[in-house]
Amino acid sequence: MHDKTLAELARGLAAGDFSSRELTASLLERIQRVDPSLNSFITVTGEQALEEADTADDLRQKGQAGALGGLPLAYKDIFCTEGVRTSAGSKMLDNFIAPYNATVVEKLRHAGTISLGKTNMDEFAMGSSNENSYYGPVKNPWNSTLVPGGSSGGSAAAVAAGLVPAALGTDTGGSIRQPAAFCGITGLKPTYGRISRYGMIAYASSLDQAGPMARTAEDCAMLMNAMAGHDSRDSTSVARNVPDYTQDLDKPLNGLKVGLPVEYFGDGLAPEVETAIREAVKVYESLGARIIDVSLPHTRLAIPAYYVIAPAEASSNLSRYDGVRFGHRCDNPIDLEDLYKRTRAEGFGDEVKRRILIGTHTLSEGFFDAYYRKAQQVRRLIRQDFLDAFSHVDVLMGPAAPTTAFELGSRADPVQMYLQDIYTIAINLAGIPGISVPAGLVDNRPVGLQILGPHFGEAHLLNVAHVYQQATDWHQRRPEIKE
Amino acid sequence: MAIEHANVLRAAHLARLGVTDAQAERYVDDLSRILEMVDRLAEIDTEGVAPLSHPLDATQPLRADEAIEADRRDTFQSVAPATQDGLYLVPRVVE
Repeated sequence: MHDKTLAELARGLAAGDFSSRELTASLLERIQRVDPSLNSFITVTGEQALEEADTADDLRQKGQAGALGGLPLAYKDIFCTEGVRTSAGSKMLDNFIAPYNATVVEKLRHAGTISLGKTNMDEFAMGSSNENSYYGPVKNPWNSTLVPGGSSGGSAAAVAAGLVPAALGTDTGGSIRQPAAFCGITGLKPTYGRISRYGMIAYASSLDQAGPMARTAEDCAMLMNAMAGHDSRDSTSVARNVPDYTQDLDKPLNGLKVGLPVEYFGDGLAPEVETAIREAVKVYESLGARIIDVSLPHTRLAIPAYYVIAPAEASSNLSRYDGVRFGHRCDNPIDLEDLYKRTRAEGFGDEVKRRILIGTHTLSEGFFDAYYRKAQQVRRLIRQDFLDAFSHVDVLMGPAAPTTAFELGSRADPVQMYLQDIYTIAINLAGIPGISVPAGLVDNRPVGLQILGPHFGEAHLLNVAHVYQQATDWHQRRPEIKE
Repeated sequence: MAIEHANVLRAAHLARLGVTDAQAERYVDDLSRILEMVDRLAEIDTEGVAPLSHPLDATQPLRADEAIEADRRDTFQSVAPATQDGLYLVPRVVE
């Protein structure tokens, strides 16, 4: 059962081939066997999952099961789950039992899904390799010497290894798409505001967005149906009609106008990744797409703008961790300032501290105009690049990352690590949706094709990805897991 | 713009983040390289470009000022490091 898609499992449950309890129990057993060597889960909620599975089976008996009823999922440990530790991969929240559910967790529970647990991640979603977790790095299921990508590395690895058919991630600068690419799965970052951020621990609030990570675009579409929509508890969620994302999955791609940004095929792109991506583009040509070269002229400024805006927002968001209301608190503080300073020095890891310091510095008196204001101006130019491109093409395509998964410990320099996100980061600044789909293997390392669309174009992106997955089998390749 | 030792200590203080002198030295190095990368922003003239703070250019919606959430103080304080009589305990700030 572990290598089936969500859609296949849904059909199996509906046909009575197996119960949700059998499915859940078999995956929990597999997690116990396989995950010690991967470290993709921080917390497994086995007992709770089996209870939820029984409830789902009862509902099905009564004919009340929905499309997602009885299907197991996992949550990146950044989504608040009532009564369950929600750590954000940080020592700061190691003892934090969330007192409420994130809206998206609540919606998926309501849809009848089962939570198997909480997946590993870079601390507070800051990282591109999952090496910045208080709970230790995650291993890539394709090769245990490689990183799974980050920051949703645990979710990506768990899906790739067949521990769970789908998982939720969050994406602030590529944190769904890059690990999806590195682990050979499908991951969608929706339009900013499409999914509620309520109960999702904040990193950079104008960039953060939750999304599904699964084996196929069809599975992502099924999850989007339950996840998307306005939430009065998140004032940045958008009140806009939610389409049925599964409805147009099979629509033919005849006449689809595909733009290839020249900047996404330049220096720094590994030749073997470029070859795989160009092959995927040829598949689209054979499916009737027209390929057009386009330019996103401000691409080179995306990483610099991001590393002002995201740390600035993070320094503000993370000021709530003060040792007073929840989370870690230092021992025997002598006064309030000592309480704050020692609690935060002990609770945060290195990368988080770097970003708090950068953000605080760039927002401080005398530096604000040169950094923050300037970055926000550049952000508008970057968004305009995409709006211009989408005025004459339907989607953009390129690599999700400049390389395949790299070796654990091989990117010690923070700036080198940041440059990993060159093809994903601008998308968050612009707020548009993007999806990564498996499009090749190089030395047994997956390559991800990134497809980008205009604001609220998720349904079309899923269609474009799904038709490709009907024509290719990269998404069906599985790593060999030592059991 | 290079960052100096004093800038790091100032930012650490503003962020209430305990940083020793030796750690600050290392951060000077890391943060300088990050800011050097960020300085590429200066390459481009942005005169007259309005800053973009929300990707959809949306503004904050307002709602009526009514209490709509139930009082869950006890639940929320159950995860606090120290409370007493519904209050959060911190070291004495007024003698």
